[in-house]
Amino acid sequence: MQQPIKRAWYALPSLVRFILRRLAIGVLLCVGVTLVSFTLTQIVPGDPVAASLGDQASSDPETVAAFRQRFGLDKPLPEQYLIYVTNLAQGNFGESLQTRRPVADDLAKYMSATIELSLVAMTFAMLAGVALGIIAAVNRDRWPDQVIRVISLAGVSVPTFWLSLVCLYVFFFQLGWSPGVGRLSPGAAAPMNLTGLYTVDALLTGNWKTLGSALAHLALPAMVLAIYTIGAITRFTRAAMLDAFQQDYVRAARAKGMPERTVVMRHVLRPALASIITVSGMAFGRMLGGAVLVESVFSWPGLGEYAYRSALALDLRAIMGVSLVIAAVYILVNLLVDILYAIVDPRIRLS
Amino acid sequence: MSEAPLVSIENLTISLPGNDGGRLFPVRDVSLSIGAGEIVGLAGESGSGKTITALSLLGLLPPGGRMSGHIRFGGQDLLTLPPRAIADVRGRDIAMVFQDPMTALHPMLSIEKQLTEHLRHHRGIDARAARTRAIELLELVRIPDAARALKRYPHQFSGGMRQRIAIAIALCCEPQLLIADEPTTALDVTVQAGILRLLQQLRGELGLSVLLITHDMGVMSALSDRVVIMYAGRVVETGTRTDVLQHPRHPYTHSLLGALPHEHGDDMLLQPMRGTPPSIGALPPGCPFHPRCDWAEARCRDIEPGLHAVEPNRAIACVVDPLVGVPA
Repeated sequence: MQQPIKRAWYALPSLVRFILRRLAIGVLLCVGVTLVSFTLTQIVPGDPVAASLGDQASSDPETVAAFRQRFGLDKPLPEQYLIYVTNLAQGNFGESLQTRRPVADDLAKYMSATIELSLVAMTFAMLAGVALGIIAAVNRDRWPDQVIRVISLAGVSVPTFWLSLVCLYVFFFQLGWSPGVGRLSPGAAAPMNLTGLYTVDALLTGNWKTLGSALAHLALPAMVLAIYTIGAITRFTRAAMLDAFQQDYVRAARAKGMPERTVVMRHVLRPALASIITVSGMAFGRMLGGAVLVESVFSWPGLGEYAYRSALALDLRAIMGVSLVIAAVYILVNLLVDILYAIVDPRIRLS
Repeated sequence: MSEAPLVSIENLTISLPGNDGGRLFPVRDVSLSIGAGEIVGLAGESGSGKTITALSLLGLLPPGGRMSGHIRFGGQDLLTLPPRAIADVRGRDIAMVFQDPMTALHPMLSIEKQLTEHLRHHRGIDARAARTRAIELLELVRIPDAARALKRYPHQFSGGMRQRIAIAIALCCEPQLLIADEPTTALDVTVQAGILRLLQQLRGELGLSVLLITHDMGVMSALSDRVVIMYAGRVVETGTRTDVLQHPRHPYTHSLLGALPHEHGDDMLLQPMRGTPPSIGALPPGCPFHPRCDWAEARCRDIEPGLHAVEPNRAIACVVDPLVGVPA
């Protein structure tokens, strides 16, 4: 590295250097992801042309040749890949074989629905999981602990798709508490597109009726999606807190006469938080996987739905776009986890 | 001592739930007192009940622990106080320093937070006043550059420095009694001497009473005014430091001192004690020390001796009392 650049680099705060380094590695990882997903889409048996054109059109060689040419499928594979990556570098994800629209536009549209769903589910899961974990740890081996242990075990054991169907049946068809599938009630207009998150957009534009409808539609799928993560975070919080309760500094805090509340929150939860954050990051990754199932049951127009339909249609560009976006989210979440870790734990921050 | 002691533990018995549903008695019928400005050394092997006796002063027994007897402190009996009132005594009037300074400090809280959280809780003072007091205390325990040290975290200090910080934390609310549980055991020998000197100086400067728990007779002789020796949950000998350490009268104290390295000509002589301490769940009948005792007689198997005075300010729990006039 050139001297001045090197000096400027080390002049940056260590946290900024850390983030930049991680982002650079993230970009490399994304390139790797494109290679893997490109290879995989070539290996899978099935002909995207046939899947796209239907039986009749794909029996006509001329139509097939024209289709291949239009989407660049007639070129050798390495060249196809190079073209794809070059376009990608300019923000062009290619064109969807299925919707005939730029994949980037599709991704933006479906992504926002998934982000809204998973953000709400994750927030809910973290609050509920940590709270239940604390209650279980504080009441170790007494009845609240036993009850919470059963609930969290059920949470991590119940298959998400099954739970989605049961909840939809019970709360929508039987009880009528849920307004049903989709992001809004039929006939309701989507709020002005600012962030793509209906609740936030409705809030920003003061569209209370839409806000109510969006929240009502969001509640059930978010809850279902959160169940596994609640179970996982609860179990982990409980274990991490029980471990922290054994520490000498907890006894020291009690010997100082600190109220039990403070001891639990400051001396037990705080040290346990670092590992809870790590687990939550991993759980978020798994939640994105679960989103595919929940979205298809609840007709939620999200990334999972899009990925599912693209895979059925062997829509190569769309599949690669989805993989890339999910990989980028994973990488960003992991970066966020590491940053939070450093904020929580001075031993990492200051070394 | 003519005036009333600061703390007096009378006939303290502690029981804990055992694994088989029965109860274990790690401390039985223990009485000891600590005068104002006095350093009392409490010695014994691991499992003799030293630490749990100290924790009882703070009302911090393990889950399921029960106490009987009296702990008189400041005109009240701590055992009859409601839990809230004991929490107020903890850290404010009676403070404790733990054995391992590497684990007794919260790794994620700044030194300032750890020095001031209980100060602010007990006294209700603002952050600024608390900080002033915290700097004073770090200077008192000889931490260099106290104002900067406040912003730092435990991992940035050495073991000896951490123990000084732990002592400063304990002294924050000007307690009358400091319990030091093996305060030097986890430290290097050179650092140990510094901590012992510090405790000695603090007693002089603050008129502090100290209950010093240790299994190290060297530490004991360096610091304490009076000595209490425990074995298998009971007090077996008490007396002034010089009396007990130079002329032990209980065979257990004698063996304990014999297990210290002595200078003897050019050689270091070590006489390890026979056997192992009994488990509190399976005490031998009679005197619990008799299986390891060189002077045991047949009656030692039948009678569990009570603590009785043998000289002014001197008591032992031994029916044979074979060591009159024998030096350590």
